[in-house]
This record gives sequence, C-alpha cells and structure tokens, in this order.
Amino acid sequence: MMTTTMKTMKLSTQTMRAGLAAAVFAALLAGCSSVKLDDVPVESRTGKDANAITNANAGNSATGGTSQITPVDLTDGKGGLNGVGRVIYFDFDSYVVKDEYRGVVDTYAKALNADRKKHLMIEGHTDERGGSEYNLALGQKRAEAVAKSLALLGAGQAQVEAVSYGKERPAAQGNDEAAWAKNRRAELNLK
Amino acid sequence: MLINRRLFSTSAAALGAGLALPAVRAQFRVEISGVGATQLPIAIARFRDEERNTPSLSISGIVRADLERSGVFKNVDAPGALDENSAPVFSEWRGRAADALAAGSVSRLADGRFDVRFRLWDVVKGAVIGGHSSAVEAGDLRLAAHRISDAIYEKLTGVKGVFSTRIAFVTKAGAKYTLRVADADGDAQSWKVAAFSDEPIISPSWSPDGKQLAYVSFDKRKPIVVTQDLLSGARREVANFRGSNSAPAWSNDGQMLAVTLSRDTGSQLYLVDRNGAIVRRLTTSNAIDTEPAFAPDGVGLYFVSDRGGGPQIYRTTLNGGSAERITFGGNYNISPAISPDGRTLAYISRQGGAFRLTTLDLSSAGAQPTSLSDTSDDESPSFAPNGKQILYSTKVQGRDVLMTTTLDGKIKARLPSPAGDLREPMWGPYGR
Repeated sequence: MMTTTMKTMKLSTQTMRAGLAAAVFAALLAGCSSVKLDDVPVESRTGKDANAITNANAGNSATGGTSQITPVDLTDGKGGLNGVGRVIYFDFDSYVVKDEYRGVVDTYAKALNADRKKHLMIEGHTDERGGSEYNLALGQKRAEAVAKSLALLGAGQAQVEAVSYGKERPAAQGNDEAAWAKNRRAELNLK
Repeated sequence: MLINRRLFSTSAAALGAGLALPAVRAQFRVEISGVGATQLPIAIARFRDEERNTPSLSISGIVRADLERSGVFKNVDAPGALDENSAPVFSEWRGRAADALAAGSVSRLADGRFDVRFRLWDVVKGAVIGGHSSAVEAGDLRLAAHRISDAIYEKLTGVKGVFSTRIAFVTKAGAKYTLRVADADGDAQSWKVAAFSDEPIISPSWSPDGKQLAYVSFDKRKPIVVTQDLLSGARREVANFRGSNSAPAWSNDGQMLAVTLSRDTGSQLYLVDRNGAIVRRLTTSNAIDTEPAFAPDGVGLYFVSDRGGGPQIYRTTLNGGSAERITFGGNYNISPAISPDGRTLAYISRQGGAFRLTTLDLSSAGAQPTSLSDTSDDESPSFAPNGKQILYSTKVQGRDVLMTTTLDGKIKARLPSPAGDLREPMWGPYGR
C-alpha cells in the first residue's frame, strides 16, 4: 500500500461537516479503526490513483481533521470510490436516494468537485417486472435522482450523465424479492 | 369472392395441431380455447413431388400450418394424390366435411429454380376459385408457400393474408443478444440475423416500407436509437443524445421517428428526422412519457405516461394539444399498439401481479378492457398488418417465448423457440 498526503482545501463549515461524515463513513467501510481529525493522508490500493482522488474534505479548521481513506481503482468500474460502494439501492417503486447512501453521494460529489475533468456515468436499473421501455424510464428516474443529489453537492452538470438500462442488466438472477431488491439500483462509474 | 361457409365449431378443448408432415411437425403449437370458435374446414393435399424436390421443407405443410395458426381454418385430412391439374370429385370432399380444397405441385426447372403451382377449389360450389404458379429460388420456397397461404386466406375470407410478412425479435442466449428477422410463422429455418451484440437490444420497430428497423442499442454503454437498412446493413444513429434514448416509432410516412429522450431530464417524447435532427418536442410533463405509437391517421399519437400516478395510456396529436387519457382499468397499463383500422388498442395491463395482453375497443365509448391471455409476463404487443392477430412475448416455464393470438384470444400459437429466450417482437408491414 502506498500512502499519499493530499493537499488541503478550505471548506465551508457545512460542507466540512458533510465531508467529515463521509470520510468517517468511508474510513469505517475501509476498515480503519481510528480516525484522527487532522491532515488527511490517503491510502491508495493501486498507487496509480494517488493523484486522481483528491481529498476534498481535508480541512485545517479549528477542529482539524485527519482520516485515512482508501481509494479504489475505478477504471474497471468494479470498485467503489474511497472504499464506498458504487451501487445505490432503491426501495420498491421508489426513486428516492435513501439516507444511508448519503456517504456514497458525498464521496462521489467530492471526487467530481476536486477534478472537473472527471466524468461520472450513472446507470439506473430496475427489477424485471413490467415492460422494458417503461422500466427504462424508471431506471432513468433513479439515475437522475442520484445525479440531482450530486448536483446539489456541487458536481458540475456536464460531469454527470444519467442513463438507464431498465431491466436489461439485472445484478441478480431470480424472480423473488431478494433478487429484485438487488436489481433496483443505480451504478456509479467514474472516469 | 367469399366461400359459402359451413363453419366448423370447436369445443373448449385445447387441441394440438396434429400436423402430419415431418417437416413442420412440432414447429408450433396451436391452442384453441373458448366455446364457439368457428373455423372453415379446408383440405390441403400434399403437393405433388414436394418430398422429392424439396425434401427439407414441405410446401403443403407450411400452408396447412399457416392456415391453422390464423385461427380461421380447420385442416381436414386430404388423402390421395392430387395436384393443380386434378379434377376433384367434389361429393367426396363434401363427404369429408371440407368446404375448400387446395392442391399443387413442386417441380425443378432447368435453371435450378422451383416451379410452385397450386389451385384452390370451392368444394361446396364445385368450382375453381383460385390458383397461381411462381418460379422461385430455393431460398424463397418458404416465401412461395406463405404466398399460397395468403392467396387462399384472402380468397376465402376477403381479408389480405399476412403469412408472407415478417417479424422482428431479439433472442438472448447467455449474454449474447441477436436481433432477428423471420417469417411471420417464426420458423427457425427462416431466421435471419440483423444485428448481434454483447449488450442488450430492445424495441425493434419496422419502418412502414419494411426495409428498415429502428431499435435501441446499448453498444455505447447507454441506450441509443439506431436505424438499420436490412438489405445493406447500413446503420445510422438517429438518437444519441445525452442521457437515454429509446422507444422508437416510425411515423406513418416513414420520414420521422417518435422517440423517448432524457436529454432535458425526465423521459419525454420527441420527434426526430431520419438523420437524427430533433424536429420538435412532443410532450412536456414532469412525469415519464414514453412508448409512442402512431395512430393509423398519422396524426394521433398514443403513449404511456405516469403523470396521473401509475403508468396509463394517453393520446395526443403531432400538432400538440392536451393529452387525453385512454386507459382507466387498473393502475399499470403500458405498451400501446393500435390496430391498422384504428379501432382496437392492444396493451399490457397489470392485474394483481400478472402482466396480461389486453385489448380495448376504441370505437365505442365506455368499452371495457378484455384480457386475452392467462399468462403473467406478457410484453410487447403488435398487430399483424391485417389487424387479425396480435404478436406478443410472454414467459413459459421460465423462458421468454413469442405468441400469436387472434383478437378474441381464442386461438393462440407459440412460435418456435429452438434455444434461448425470444423477446421484444414486432410484426412487420406488408410488402416484401
């Protein structure tokens, strides 16, 4: 593992708070046992992302903040960002990004804010029930819900594209609620 | 001229299509349900020399299967050797309860082509009422058979036959998607590949002249609408805007396509020309508007919208104006298809947890929807160009299959599905 210290940025208190929450969330997912609120070193699993993942939540306010974040290679689209998953799941018949995915959205928003050349494809998906075209539109609605959340956190409109696969690319096979729940999702692919 | 019918009435039993010839055996299964389905009894004799000259396919078997699948005919055994030059003993055929009789021949021409001939008799009147001959390449023998079916069907019903038309659909085998074109009977020998991909292909739509297909491709890791010339294979992106592009429907003059785009966020309907330039936006709502389907008048446009909550079918016009809600029964009605006469709407309606092929009579106010199936995963209805049948997909024992049904739902046929899943069907236009 390589460790890289990222540059620090000044942030508003509000963004800072959200950023810290995301960092903590990410750190927990990454398996870090302690979070020190000071300068923020970033661990890169692959090394090649060391410069790509700019840590936007590193702060130098009075409270300070240090956290370890583990970026994951995103180029294959498989891994998440900073240890945060790249899939957001939705409830049945719902297009609302649930609170539990706030950390995911924050993390991607930061990556986009930090590098305006980054581009995020959000693929909306549905479960298998119903028609292919209406499901395509429902998947689009999910993808756009995520895009909207990112825009609210400052991601540039041109950086984010919401598209849909409808029901055509299920993550899980099967026709029960367990499979359907895994298929009602938005997948985030940062490039 | 319509034949003086002595209609054959079936009972409620489901009947297998007991086809005698090996070449067509087990190619499809016809189910007849409901009391009082009436069918015209017809005898199709084995064509002279067809076994010798075209051993891989039976012209008479194809004709018999076509007529049976239409739901209008009941096949009567035709023993003995007959051809187009025979002089049938009509009293014998009346004794077999046949109202009509067809016979013919297949011979090889010196240039390698085949001469296919047939004659049609009205057994009740004891008169010749039709027949023709055609010289075809080996690759067009099935087409020649379907054209005989068309001629018989039209002569005896007064309605143009659709047996020589084609259908488009997508097969999925493992992670391979193939857009295919086949004869209307779906026979695997007639399958042709139009496009293939490791990414999904959905929503094929025939151009009105039958020369092109529009469809949704995911090859660019997002849905885009392409058109493809079937003869040359030339492809053109007609909708590759930011976001998703889907649900193509050709305008009746073939000059434009209605599509669903999310370029301005949300799924909304737009009109694009054949080169992909946006002509205009057709709907402006905060809801999903998708699945456009042109009315036969070329101006009316049916579509699906969930502006009222769940998805329902609405009608608007190309000239703008407000949208009128068409479906009211149930809270999930999608995938509109309009019959060529504009009188019948076919769509998929969710009833309980089941998605069922349903029709609504548009010509009478207050008409109630009619469910045509008892399966639970019906999708993608489209009308035969003569309006007498509907092609759709459904799921049988976990596999996606294609079905045809008559508009009363009484005669259903499952099209051959040798392997994999068959989905996203659309019935093509006349002309080939």
